[in-house]
Amino acid sequence: MARRGRAARLQGRVAVRPPPTSTPLDENAVAKDTLTERGLAAAELKPGRILLIACGALAREILDINASNQFSHIDLTCLPANLHLYPDQIPAAVTAAVTKHRASYSQIFVVYADCGTGGALARRCAELGVEMVAGPHCYSFFEGNQAFEEKTEAGEITAFYLTDFLVKQFDAFIWRPMGLDKNPELREMFFGNYTTLVYQSQVCDPALVQRAADCATRLGLAFEHRHTGYGDLEITLRGWADSAPLSG
Amino acid sequence: MSEEEDIILAELDDEELVQQMFDDLYDGLREEIEEGVNILLAREWTPYKVLTEALVSGMTIVGADFRDGILFVPEVLLSANAMKGGMAILKPLLAATGAPQVGKMVIGTVKGDIHDIGKNLVSMMMEGAGFDVVDLGINNPVENYIEALERENADILGMSALLTTTMPYMKVVIDTLIEQGKRDDYIILVGGAPLNEEFGKAIGADGYCRDAAVAVEMAKDFVARKHNRMSA
Repeated sequence: MARRGRAARLQGRVAVRPPPTSTPLDENAVAKDTLTERGLAAAELKPGRILLIACGALAREILDINASNQFSHIDLTCLPANLHLYPDQIPAAVTAAVTKHRASYSQIFVVYADCGTGGALARRCAELGVEMVAGPHCYSFFEGNQAFEEKTEAGEITAFYLTDFLVKQFDAFIWRPMGLDKNPELREMFFGNYTTLVYQSQVCDPALVQRAADCATRLGLAFEHRHTGYGDLEITLRGWADSAPLSG
Repeated sequence: MSEEEDIILAELDDEELVQQMFDDLYDGLREEIEEGVNILLAREWTPYKVLTEALVSGMTIVGADFRDGILFVPEVLLSANAMKGGMAILKPLLAATGAPQVGKMVIGTVKGDIHDIGKNLVSMMMEGAGFDVVDLGINNPVENYIEALERENADILGMSALLTTTMPYMKVVIDTLIEQGKRDDYIILVGGAPLNEEFGKAIGADGYCRDAAVAVEMAKDFVARKHNRMSA
């Protein structure tokens, strides 16, 4: 790194924590940075429907589950996936979204697990009177919370997990935010205690498996592929879908 | 002192050199920090003075900017790595010159958790503040903590966790100390991304440390109070 100093580095440096915002769905943008950085707005609102307020990292999975189960009465809005970089901001962002949409929907559900909030999101959801997904994080509910807990208790604590979203967004969500593009020497500090990259695939795609294996190589980790499908997420969404009447 | 032209550290006076070292710490320049430390030592600064006035003060700026969201974890890690380079030179000298020891801390990441970035930062800043730190590493069961606390006759227990699933283990450790009648022998500080003040109180810790700088201040404060109680 070049010698610059604090004053020079602070010059022109602007706000660091992007506020969560919603942006209308744009098919072209979704593949790039919408879900990671900006979020996804709900479709046209209709009374009697269910709204899912979800992490952007789950958008494609939820849309796929909704389509395959013909959940035509469920709408989706997403908060930016990169809120995970600041988990303390997730409860406030969820609160704002619930407050914004509450009057327009018969029911709202929050498609986040604890996600590093240390129980704060669960407490906030309880205060708001909305349900959220059980479990500590998406790696757990994709695997199935009970199975994941059993694996952890059996000693699987040195695994670094990637989902479909994270494989696709590896550079934007992991490599660059961790500074590994500019400072490869940080790899040991971030990943030195990990042994294996476990790719939990939600869809079967050999190209993604290869990309995940490449990610493991870049991180200096052994590679393991587990096809989990949607795990507890699909079970949870089915339960929620049944909890409100279908309407057009 | 922040231009990119070549800066010859040895040509700077003490004040300029320390300011440049603050900038070099901020930029995470390990070799430059090592060079600066050696220059100050050659100018007959005591190791303790180099540590506190150049390294710790510089890292305090880094810590404040991290707290304020100006710096990010990768940048702080680079700074920490630079400080580590300076510390490696100073550590044997500090021991040899009888630098003041504020107290002794046993620290480790709890069972089931392998994340140690925050813990390592705390360890380093605690050492910089004059604490003797015994770092137990990652994935520590309660037995590790208690054995080390007794073996080292420590003042402080520090526990770290990054995962929501592992942070409850801190209570297991504290409850075990209570069961064994040893709880009041130690100051217990906890930290980690998913923790908060409320959690620290709920599990019976003495303090929740939001970051490494808070950990140092809290540790100093608790140790001073403990010494005051003992001398009263």
